[in-house]
Amino acid sequence: MSKPYYDSGDLRKFGKITEWSEELGTKFFDYYGKVFEEGALTAREKSLIALAVAHTEQCPYCIDAYTKDSLQRGVTKEQMMEAIHVGAAIKSGATLVHGVQMMNKVDKLEM
Amino acid sequence: MKKSLKARNNDIANTARQMEILSSGIFATGELPTFAKKIKETNQFPLRPKKLEILQINLGYMCNQVCSHCHVDAGPDRKEIMTKETMEQCLEVIKKTEAHTLDLTGGAPEMNPNFRWFVEEAAKAGIKDFIVRSNLTIIRANKKYHDLPEFFKKHGVHVVSSMPHWTRGKTDKQRGDGVFDKSIKALQELNAIGYGLEGSNLKLDLVYNPSGAFLPGDQQALENDFKKALKNDFDINFHSLFAITNLPISRFLDFLIASDNYEDYMHSLLDAYNPAAVENVMCTNTISISWEGWLYDCDFNQMLNLKVASKVKHISNYNEELLQDRDIIINQHCYGCTAGAGSSCQGVVA
Repeated sequence: MSKPYYDSGDLRKFGKITEWSEELGTKFFDYYGKVFEEGALTAREKSLIALAVAHTEQCPYCIDAYTKDSLQRGVTKEQMMEAIHVGAAIKSGATLVHGVQMMNKVDKLEM
Repeated sequence: MKKSLKARNNDIANTARQMEILSSGIFATGELPTFAKKIKETNQFPLRPKKLEILQINLGYMCNQVCSHCHVDAGPDRKEIMTKETMEQCLEVIKKTEAHTLDLTGGAPEMNPNFRWFVEEAAKAGIKDFIVRSNLTIIRANKKYHDLPEFFKKHGVHVVSSMPHWTRGKTDKQRGDGVFDKSIKALQELNAIGYGLEGSNLKLDLVYNPSGAFLPGDQQALENDFKKALKNDFDINFHSLFAITNLPISRFLDFLIASDNYEDYMHSLLDAYNPAAVENVMCTNTISISWEGWLYDCDFNQMLNLKVASKVKHISNYNEELLQDRDIIINQHCYGCTAGAGSSCQGVVA
């Protein structure tokens, strides 16, 4: 059986990145932890944002982590799917809005 | 309706098999430390009782529901019920205990034919906090239970009820079809006679436990969400929400293994391990009494048949002083009570 490129067990080893660069790794994890604390946004809202971004970034570790985190915070399946659609809408919108650049270029190039 | 693990002759119904699972695999290879090893790191081994505060009595494993996560493996097919003779022995203890809280649980404790007599007699002891863990749907299950809210009120019972989510889908998936609607109706009836209202001394608390292989989120945040949703959608009030972690035993253990979530779940419990929660874990202030009168450090140890490590093992020769001088029996399931802010029948502990 072929070995998958991603190993879900690696998520648990994320903290090990600090071993090869302690200062930067520690600063990153401190920052990361701070970002997800309750603030002007609730931790629940942040979890849903993270879930949407996890999908647009197509990060399998982040998808696993924030699916579980959302469930822990009582988020429903419907809310989770809507959050992903927000990410998908921005992603597709970001693609399509570049169509204007394409149109501008065509208009400039064509006689 | 589903059947209990026991009625299905499921391997996991055997407590020795559960102990074998919890002691092998990732814990035998050393991938994860045993609970004993973990608490030794912070000099908390052996775990010893503190002041006894709670007597928790299990009146039987019979229940009108078959919840998918139930650590009791309760259900209509379970016939284990506390006898009146054992109840009388419990009453003798209730009259002289130092504990300030009496906590009746099951199954559905109301299904014990001597439940009302026992509550009436126990209430006379004047214990400070008298809890009945009611699954709510029992109130609507049969006409003979319809007056339970009034009965609870008459005897000053503090009602604690399970409610895994404020939405129908999640609740029914864990607790059975129709449970959400019946629970809502029962909560409205309790509210109607004063339970759960702001400033009311008729206490109504809800218990949340996750409907899957994940840990509960922040108890206060969940309570806020529950209060907002239940008020907006059904005009329901309650006092507090207790967030309880599912322990890897019985039906939940069966689910974890069948869904290939067991190892990840145990890692999650370890990742969230909190030594401060060990300090206040409920077995340090509770004695759990089984339907047969056997004594345990907690309801979970009861379900694993791990009787107290004391000369006093049964309600018939109960001696609080002797009983308090014991080491608490621990195993890997205890990680469920020490994750994050901790977990107990009264919610978080740290």
